[in-house]
Amino acid sequence: MSNTPLEILFERVSKSFSRPGGGPAFEAVRDLSFSVGRGELVAILGKTGCGKSTTFNLISGLIRPSAGRVAVQGHDPYADFAWFRGKIGIVFQNDRLMPWRTAIENVALGLELNKVPPAQRLEIAASWLARLGLSGHANDYPHALSGGMRQRVSVARAFAGKPDILLCDEPFSALDEHTGNALRQEFRNLLQETGATSIFITHSIDEALWFSARLMVFERPARIAYETTLAPETSEADRAAVRDRIRKVLSGEG
Amino acid sequence: MALADGEGAPAAGRFFAFTRFRYESVVALAGLAVVWQIASLFVPHFLFPSVPEIATRLVEIFTSWNSLLDMLATSGRILAGLGGAFVFGTLLAIPMARSPSLARYAYPLLNFNQGIPALSWVVIAIIWFRGIEFRIFFIMVMTTLPAFTFQVLDAYRAMSKDLFEMTLSFRPTRFDLLRTLIWPTVLPGMLTAWKVNLGNASRVVVVAELVGATGGVGYELLQQQQVFDMAGAIAWTLVLVIFVLVVQGVITLIETRALRYRAIAEHAL
Ligand SMILES: Nc1ncnc2c1ncn2[C@@H]1O[C@H](COP(=O)(O)OP(=O)(O)OP(=O)(O)O)[C@@H](O)[C@H]1O
Ligand SMILES: [Mg+2]
Repeated sequence: MSNTPLEILFERVSKSFSRPGGGPAFEAVRDLSFSVGRGELVAILGKTGCGKSTTFNLISGLIRPSAGRVAVQGHDPYADFAWFRGKIGIVFQNDRLMPWRTAIENVALGLELNKVPPAQRLEIAASWLARLGLSGHANDYPHALSGGMRQRVSVARAFAGKPDILLCDEPFSALDEHTGNALRQEFRNLLQETGATSIFITHSIDEALWFSARLMVFERPARIAYETTLAPETSEADRAAVRDRIRKVLSGEG
Repeated sequence: MALADGEGAPAAGRFFAFTRFRYESVVALAGLAVVWQIASLFVPHFLFPSVPEIATRLVEIFTSWNSLLDMLATSGRILAGLGGAFVFGTLLAIPMARSPSLARYAYPLLNFNQGIPALSWVVIAIIWFRGIEFRIFFIMVMTTLPAFTFQVLDAYRAMSKDLFEMTLSFRPTRFDLLRTLIWPTVLPGMLTAWKVNLGNASRVVVVAELVGATGGVGYELLQQQQVFDMAGAIAWTLVLVIFVLVVQGVITLIETRALRYRAIAEHAL
């Protein structure tokens, strides 16, 4: 990806969390290096607790690396925090909706914080709800929505601001097959429309393969154990080989 | 529309809950009046005046300009005191929420304050200050401030880290963070603090008025005591109770409106 400008850069990044009891710090990310070019789509796989969500928090600047350097569009996401307003959209692993806001108000939150005028942001939010099949629930409060509906509201909230970078933490996991497929398709269309750089975390190897994207498999603590890139034209045989290899890495044999 | 379906049912449920609550209150209070009336038949009249007599005095209070002014004065003192305590209490809670080390110093002081009786503040206020209204304001603020600070702090501490990081990920300005996340988070605690403090304030205000004020419910109560007028004393007490109930009703209305987003479990505890 030498011809595309650099969007995300990790240089030997480590992250440790101190423990409340004062015991030895817990290392969630160790010496992680990778880079992502503008407009690239990356899927991250890895066992539970291997530091995938922590990596997202580092990219979005919500936490600071213990060692190494994180640069996003050439800026430090933790130190230049406000510089990134409107540039990063996150679909969190849990929906994180504000219980006191209706579905449409939740979707409009990012636009509101980015100073988009009320009429305009409600219009955008409504169109996103419609795209995700939630038009009838615009004025429902989160407690009245199902888990999958809430997840879609949180997807709409991240997408509505048309950010440069989309970080999606298992965005399709709480959905039935049909809705999941529709949303995956929608997600791919959106990335093509906006040219956004996107990283998504998934536990489904099939899902990762479906996107024909770059795949990174993490070991614990977060480091790249295996990495490959699929193209739409990648043959079935090659895909099967990749699938086997990922299985092995995830089960600790690779 | 989906809105009507989703919102109609709980709203109706709340409405009936409210009317049932009122119906039961009326029964309970009427029962109290009946017991009192029966007692008044057997006990000397200056100890237990009859219910009609108390009612007559109550009507007199509500129809005389001077009494109405007393009522207004006391109501105003309660609301001003609570308003002051709310503002200062919140202003104190903000730095305490931001700095745990400051909170460690402020907590013992607030707890110390909780132990001071209202009457001590009355004495202190009389010695320290001249203006009667300022004395009362001071007493009200000192006695009700900690509850506001504690409630706001508790609500702030209970704020979800998940929601905080989610909001933060949009890079809001400080003011937007306050408006969109922190305010809705602490609002329920603030409303509770108002309700709790209202009862405290109505008790404290009469004590504050007993010493020094030349008007207000506390002053009137003192007058009744001096002429040994039980009916008058009870009527004035009722005035204060009615005021508290009305304001509490208003706060409950605000609560039902502001917290309407909350899920209602179909099982009660
Ligand atoms: N704020 C924190 N404080 C302490 N430890 C943390 C914190 N956040 C994450 N960890 C630890 O870091 C490790 C990685 O967590 P992370 O949430 O990144 O895992 P993950 O790869 O996203 O897992 P999953 O697939 O289950 O979501 C875990 O062992 C977790 O306990
Ligand atoms: Mg995770």
